[in-house]
Amino acid sequence: MFHVKHPATALALVLAATPALARDNVQVAGSSTVLPYATIVAEAFGENFDFPTPVVEGGGSGAGLARFCEGVGENQIDIANASRAMRAGEFETCQANGVTDIIEVRIGYDGIVFASQKDGPAFAFTPEHWFNALAAQVVQDGQVVANPYTNWSQIDPALPDQEILAFIPGTKHGTREVFEERVMAAGCEATGALEAFVASGMDEDAAEDACLALRTDGVSNDIDGDYNETLARLEANPTGIGVFGLAFYENNTDRLQVATMSDVTPSTESIATGEYPVSRPLFFYVKKAHIGVIPGLKEYVEFFVSDDLAGPDGPLAEYGLVSDPELASVQQTVADETAMAAPAE
Amino acid sequence: MTDLPAAGAIPVTPSPSRSILETDARTRARNRAEARFRAYGLGALLVGLIFLVLLLGSILWNGMGAFTQTQVTLPIELLESELDPEGTRDPAVIGEVSTFGYNDLIEASLARVVADAGVQTELDAGDLTDILSSGAAAQLREAVLADPSLVGQTVTFDLLAASRVDGYVKGRVTRESLADDRNLSPVHLDVVDQLRDAGFVSRGLNLDFITGADASEKRPEEAGIGVAMIGSFYMMLVVLGLSLPLGVAASIYLEEFAPKNRLTDLIEVNIANLAAVPSIVYGILGLAVFIQFAHLPQSAPLVGGLVLTLLTLPTIIIATRASLKAVPPSIRDAALGVGASKMQAVFHHVLPLAVPGIMTGTIIGMAHALGETAPLLLIGMVGFVASNYPGGVVEGFTSPNSAMPAQIYEWAKRADPAFYERAWGGIIVLLVFLLLMNLAAVLVRRRFERRW
Repeated sequence: MFHVKHPATALALVLAATPALARDNVQVAGSSTVLPYATIVAEAFGENFDFPTPVVEGGGSGAGLARFCEGVGENQIDIANASRAMRAGEFETCQANGVTDIIEVRIGYDGIVFASQKDGPAFAFTPEHWFNALAAQVVQDGQVVANPYTNWSQIDPALPDQEILAFIPGTKHGTREVFEERVMAAGCEATGALEAFVASGMDEDAAEDACLALRTDGVSNDIDGDYNETLARLEANPTGIGVFGLAFYENNTDRLQVATMSDVTPSTESIATGEYPVSRPLFFYVKKAHIGVIPGLKEYVEFFVSDDLAGPDGPLAEYGLVSDPELASVQQTVADETAMAAPAE
Repeated sequence: MTDLPAAGAIPVTPSPSRSILETDARTRARNRAEARFRAYGLGALLVGLIFLVLLLGSILWNGMGAFTQTQVTLPIELLESELDPEGTRDPAVIGEVSTFGYNDLIEASLARVVADAGVQTELDAGDLTDILSSGAAAQLREAVLADPSLVGQTVTFDLLAASRVDGYVKGRVTRESLADDRNLSPVHLDVVDQLRDAGFVSRGLNLDFITGADASEKRPEEAGIGVAMIGSFYMMLVVLGLSLPLGVAASIYLEEFAPKNRLTDLIEVNIANLAAVPSIVYGILGLAVFIQFAHLPQSAPLVGGLVLTLLTLPTIIIATRASLKAVPPSIRDAALGVGASKMQAVFHHVLPLAVPGIMTGTIIGMAHALGETAPLLLIGMVGFVASNYPGGVVEGFTSPNSAMPAQIYEWAKRADPAFYERAWGGIIVLLVFLLLMNLAAVLVRRRFERRW
């Protein structure tokens, strides 16, 4: 005979009973750039404390912060990793959903590197090169024109004679924002395109948007996946140039050749001193309301920013994180559980 | 008068003199067409086979490395002064020393072994430890906490080699590829070579890969698929426990009892449609219903199992209905004819005959569910999740875990190329499970199926 009713009642029981189950592990989601560091900390945390190893998911900074701001409660994540600062809009969403006290923790800095296939020619870039290569509109002889360049050597005779093909992070990645800010916007200003855009009758906002507008003729390719996908695309397209995190490059030096930016070779040292221009701080955000409710949350956060882990000689620095020179003040923020102020628009 | 002309009216044409031994043009054309068709069929089969061989070959080629692992056998002096200065041998006191404290012990012991073995190197003790996994300290700490009496003794440990050393021993990493590497230098490989000659470095079967937990990005050498396998197991329990009874009950009702009207037609069409819904949709549904509405725990195999149940149900219903339909009506009629009620006819006669078909459908449906990753993405089962063994059966359902295909996907994303090898190794493990399940389905069908 079939006892159809029994599994059905069992399901009903399970559905009714589980809200009572307290979550005893920390849940983290967000930036795929911060993910490796978070897994290293989570693993060490599980080994050294009596709490279970935290669960760390990826998904991208934007997706992580969106989940973070969904609300407070045991079925919401405790921490969002982000490779950029929280935006004003996200902060407001958080507030509206009851996520009011948020602790912002800066864990260090990460470099963004431009790399090509190991056996290809070497590149020495400046932000101007990248703006001219990828912007939808550039300035040529004082005129704003649709991007005519197809070859790096057309932009600068010093660059190799190779067609332009770039694989850059998609818009859901925090890395994209840094790329836009430190490379495209900087290049826009340096080539005089910003002035030319304004001179051509755009207002300032429209001109800034035009600086970040990328060409759509297949030269610039958004990668929405992770760096492994970018690497696979480079291997399929030997003339391509990809954007990677420093840590990823350092794990794949046998296949990638890194380009200099404004004559500085990216390394943890050159990023720490600020010489290498394309770097950004990495963050994670903690729900203050979860501290004391989720076991081990405070301990995990404190452990993350401790000198043993995030310090200049810790395992995170070994993996490629540039240690924060102001780590002590970050540790103080965590110890005091100081909530962040609303970010500027 | 018929339409047929009289026999005599047909002009008698002399029948063409042809032999059955000689084929005419049209027959030859037909034969050629058949030969061509056979060649196409054989060609299609061959192309398929070549792809299969290439696929299996590349999986085995890339993945077999994950099943062996390089180890460094080291006598480690567990100094009392470092671990338990007071001499209490109390696990709580020894537990105060974090894994960072054990690194110094490993450093000293490795330097001593290297010096004793007469290895010539310019590397200092701190750099030498790069040939070991950073998980070595945790391994020591665990052993000491489990048995505090080890403190003060010299114990020989089999420590994992770092992923790049492991890659070197397996031939994946060469001195050239390490030229720009920050993690390991070619000089380290010289030390590894000499230690290997001295018998300290060996490559052996890697059972930890099959039984172990996931590890962080810095320690690919430690990562195993065991915990994810347990997660998959609990999910399959949920799928079996829910979708089999629900699916069979629904099919019996629809096939044997339900009136044939518009409503049941609509239900039937929808079941067929559900079977074709992309699996990620079930993931979104699971997130909305099970996690956000029913407040079930995130990343739990229970939720994963529920989502996969939704995915498997249509498959099982369709297979069950087909096998119920295949039972000849004469069986039902005979049962009803000797006075059985409708329910008795179904449960005593029809259902037992349909069981082999139901079993086959269920096993195929489960195999499908076992290989699903997409719905798990949305309910938090993809990521650095499978790092704790569940504490018991209840925890097996509710504590965060991953699943085999999700673990493979996660490894394939990571930066260190050693994880890539693990991903292929994981595929081998997953394929073995799928092969076994499909084999079981074939056997059940062969052994029990009846034909009329």
